[in-house]
Amino acid sequence: MADVTLMKTPAETALVQAFENARTMLPGNAESRAQAFEQFNARGLPHRRVEEFKYTDLRALLREVAPFAGVPTAEEAKAALGGSKAFANVAALQVPFVNGHFVREAVDFANLPEGIEIVPLREALASGHEWLAKLSPVPWASDNPVYQLNTSFMADGVMIRVAGSVETPVHLRFVTAAGSAVATATRVLVVVENDASVTLLESHESGDGANHQPNDVVEMIAGDRTNVQHVRLNAEGDKALALSTLAAKIGAEANFNSINVVAGSATSRHQVYAILNGENTNLRVNGATMLKGTQHSDSTLVVEHNALHCESRELFKTVIDNEATGVFQGKIIVPHHAQKTDGRMMSAALLLEEGGSMNNKPELEIFADDVQCAHGATCGQLDEDLLFYLMARGLPKKEAESLLVQAFLGESIEFVENEDAREALVATVEGWLKARS
Amino acid sequence: MLEIKNLVVQIEDKRILNGLNLTVNKGEVAAIMGPNGSGKSTLSYVIAGKEDYEVLDGEILLDGQNLLEMEADQRAAAGVFLAFQYPLEIPGVGSMTFLKAAMNAQRKARGEDELTTPEFIKQVNAAAAQLEIPKDMLKRALNVGFSGGEKKRMEILQMALLQPSFCILDETDSGLDIDALRIVSEGVNALRSPDRAFLVITHYQRLLNHIVPDTVHVMHGGRIVRSGGKELALELEANGYADYRESEAA
Repeated sequence: MADVTLMKTPAETALVQAFENARTMLPGNAESRAQAFEQFNARGLPHRRVEEFKYTDLRALLREVAPFAGVPTAEEAKAALGGSKAFANVAALQVPFVNGHFVREAVDFANLPEGIEIVPLREALASGHEWLAKLSPVPWASDNPVYQLNTSFMADGVMIRVAGSVETPVHLRFVTAAGSAVATATRVLVVVENDASVTLLESHESGDGANHQPNDVVEMIAGDRTNVQHVRLNAEGDKALALSTLAAKIGAEANFNSINVVAGSATSRHQVYAILNGENTNLRVNGATMLKGTQHSDSTLVVEHNALHCESRELFKTVIDNEATGVFQGKIIVPHHAQKTDGRMMSAALLLEEGGSMNNKPELEIFADDVQCAHGATCGQLDEDLLFYLMARGLPKKEAESLLVQAFLGESIEFVENEDAREALVATVEGWLKARS
Repeated sequence: MLEIKNLVVQIEDKRILNGLNLTVNKGEVAAIMGPNGSGKSTLSYVIAGKEDYEVLDGEILLDGQNLLEMEADQRAAAGVFLAFQYPLEIPGVGSMTFLKAAMNAQRKARGEDELTTPEFIKQVNAAAAQLEIPKDMLKRALNVGFSGGEKKRMEILQMALLQPSFCILDETDSGLDIDALRIVSEGVNALRSPDRAFLVITHYQRLLNHIVPDTVHVMHGGRIVRSGGKELALELEANGYADYRESEAA
């Protein structure tokens, strides 16, 4: 086989340089960073001949690497958070990050809700905190180049421990301050102890016009009999290239729901790597993606059923306007010992105009013989008969289209249990539709 | 009220309406009867503004306004209402959301203020009670999982709330049992008024026992071939459409 990685792109060269500059300044174990970067650098940015990145060619999409953001001043952080609107209607414990750095002044550590512990990652890395051993709960995520870049550059984040039933949602609020383009790499670890429950909101916001490059990883370890509700919103600015990973290891008899709603970014890729490690667990991973112009958004999902009697449901809805591109790659893995697995994965795309495109790649990898697994993928336009029905009742065409798009995405969003968060997502959809008409 | 002159319509090169003429006056209930394939449903869709049809000639005037130049939503705002033969199911769109959107869209088109929520709910509850529509039906997605009778009642509910001036009932009796037929007919009769006209399309005379028409028109081969009073429906019920088929063959 011919060696095709001889020439480094300017972006790859810039990443090598950036790592050289940053490595001595970044907190924590320099060796593990260096190891991750070497793994990344050996292959470089993934391109279309790498199967996992066939539809999202990062070598072509990432032309210029933005400088990694420094720690904002208190005033900068305050100003940036003041302009943040995501989930503003939800009463939640705010855990804010500005330019990838945890804003610890914004958290009242003395009065955290009962059952919540928060450790700033920067300090934890520097001091070698014992929880660091819990990072990377899904081993095979470490083979992913986006994840490797995050491990190489992660500058800050938090580690959260949840014990017992926590009523107040925890809101991880990521905001990039106005100004020139920056790159960020944050890492969040959430450990949900046995029998605990938590709602975790995650929002990502930045202004339009700057080529921000966030690369965020959220890792979760959910114990036995846990209930985790995770709601993620990408509301990045119109030029952002946003990469993100959710890596979750889930125990027995647990209930784990995660949704990613994409309403921003020029380019985005959200990777979900979940491993079901205990019996009788229910996993739901949903997506609701709204794309217009020339936006590109990739939802990549790998779910490994590593125990008996688990059920997983994946429902990804993508609305594509203009010449935007959607990607769904989903894989359910069922090893031979995971009998009685019940997995269903569905991706549905709605193309509002002729120029858009959707790439669907559902996969099942099944080695057990007593399982129920199914996958489906559809691409279509709005139903003309339904449009006529609505118009015959007096709704103008755009309004009729909006109602049908809301219904389409609503099927995915309706699984969000927190009512305020669900309303915020519905309002996000409405806002997107209003901007369209 | 409604005047159709020499209407010629085709779909995918197949001619369906062939120079149809029809006048329905204010306050009148006109029934259209005819065998399968005579173009009855096409006529209802063309009046309501479905896009699939190509109008080659003729005009449709509602109170002097040319409907053919309007989009379906504009026709609705002008007073046209089509009760569908097969009402569509719209998963994810709540019945109440839909009703409110429709009522407000029409109010907006007429330059009126949007309904307040209490006023909207009051109107819906009153109309629903008359049609014996249970509240939990209104909590579901529009027509999803509704029985045939429930769907038809939902159509009449919309008609009652939107207060159109020209109502088309496209085979509203199909799929209804006797009780549902009675409820639906009573709902329609309650809306009869000197300012409102109806075009009732049906295969069977049965419906016309409940909704008694002022005029009956026989449609065949894409045009009206005979018109008369309500007794014409009884004659058709007795003799069938055979006469018209033969006259065409001759």
